[in-house]
Amino acid sequence: MLVEWPAAEAPLASTEPLIDVHAHFLHAGCGRSDWSDVNRARLRAGERMGITCHVASILGSWGHGSPVYFPSPRDVEAGNDAMLDLQRTYERQVRGYAVVNPNFAKHALGEIERRVAAGAVGIKLLASRRADDPLLDDIARAAAERQLPVLHHAWQHRTRYWPQQDASDATDIVRLAERHPRVRIILAHIGGGGDYQHTFHTVRDQANVYLDISGSGTDRGMLDAALEAVGPKRLLWGCDVTMETGLAKLRALTVMGMTPDEMSDIRWRNAARIFPDGTFPGIEQAKVSQ
Amino acid sequence: MNARRVDVHCYVGGYPFRHVPHPEPAILARVNEREGLHSAWVGHLPSAFWRDPTLGNEELYAQLAPHASRLRPVPAIRPDWPRWQVALANARTQEAPAVRAYPQLWGLQGEDARLVRMANACGEAGMALLLTVRFEDLRQRHPMDVAGDLPAATVRELVRRARNSRVIVAGAGREWIREVHWGLTPAEQERVLYDISWIWGPPEDHLAGLMREIGAGRLCFGTGWPLRLTQTPAANLELLPEELMPAMLADVELFAAG
Repeated sequence: MLVEWPAAEAPLASTEPLIDVHAHFLHAGCGRSDWSDVNRARLRAGERMGITCHVASILGSWGHGSPVYFPSPRDVEAGNDAMLDLQRTYERQVRGYAVVNPNFAKHALGEIERRVAAGAVGIKLLASRRADDPLLDDIARAAAERQLPVLHHAWQHRTRYWPQQDASDATDIVRLAERHPRVRIILAHIGGGGDYQHTFHTVRDQANVYLDISGSGTDRGMLDAALEAVGPKRLLWGCDVTMETGLAKLRALTVMGMTPDEMSDIRWRNAARIFPDGTFPGIEQAKVSQ
Repeated sequence: MNARRVDVHCYVGGYPFRHVPHPEPAILARVNEREGLHSAWVGHLPSAFWRDPTLGNEELYAQLAPHASRLRPVPAIRPDWPRWQVALANARTQEAPAVRAYPQLWGLQGEDARLVRMANACGEAGMALLLTVRFEDLRQRHPMDVAGDLPAATVRELVRRARNSRVIVAGAGREWIREVHWGLTPAEQERVLYDISWIWGPPEDHLAGLMREIGAGRLCFGTGWPLRLTQTPAANLELLPEELMPAMLADVELFAAG
């Protein structure tokens, strides 16, 4: 009645560097008793896959003290504190984004300054304010000054208001990118819900918008269409909250006829290019310029 | 061990709401060989959305015939239409391991006597009844795709009433599966399997949690091809915590045959 499955031993995604630009962790203030199990599970699966670095964020209290996508300043701080603690604890494997809520503009700019000084390597914007809102301009300027990429949560083709978030789609994000051409914006999780084809048409010509391929969605044709729209130099590998889909997408990319160079770009080299120098000390900078 | 890996959740043919690249049987056969799958139980995707799936079943049988050793047909049969018994007899002649039904697309509830009769007839003929919870993520559906997911209550009610049935559910997530499983008696639980194509892996570890909670023997392999990547469920199994490897999934051939 039962079928046995084989176990693998080598890293499932090979030993070449692999950077997850869209990871998350939890902390004790998230209201979940299993928060540390989930964190451990990410690190365990990352090691099994061969993830060199998880670039991660903690979204406030994940809804426990204030809404996930509208975190209060207090929850933003607690999440960022915990994120940077993890970065210090797992110095080799983990890097943190500074999460900010643009509705609290002064606080957001202060958080960016404090967290970057403490080691944050990018800015994470949620769905607290639409991406094209002028409130985001000062944050984008801060990102440009510090050469920080901005990972922006996205709903692929927002056709209506969704509860619990002021979701942005590619149209909103491109407007922000047009106003701030020096900022490298990562449009989050093309597999994270919505109509990704709309996104691909929208971002095609906006060179400072990158796509991260994370998300639970694994539609056939999605990766082909993303590559066709923006090419391998604007795609970034990531998992978000489903790591098996990240591994599956890597495997799908390998059978899509990509060159080893293009695979390296998506696996790690694009990330190494857009994050600040020294973000990934385990990865030789020389390789980046190849 | 891959010799027994059978994909119960795949189709050939196009999808009405978006372009699907190369949904042809020859491509499916090639993909399965590449991924080390032994065989697949294949449905005809357009038929799910047709009022009468009869012609779709004929297409399915014809298209899969050249690949008979690896691709086994799973026709769609409407129990609310006349002569479903003939379609079932045809399915048996074609050595179908299962029959597909789409109650949510056909407006049927789990207590519908016609659905119950067909589920029992499938079981008595040595075939499973294959139900699909969803084809696509709720967040990306076309405005005309309004039928919604298959409710867990439909399956609970059907399994309770159709005592000779053996049901395989494709495309269910963790909470859906728990809702059905713990709403059934132990004997009823034994007559239901769930494919793993829509169950999350780490870090939330829904698949691992389900294996601990209901047992890996209640789960089977499925992919969602050609709508979704074939590689995902295999990746999910490979990322299980060490104590759950090697995972022991159900043998669907034996399950269907009873």
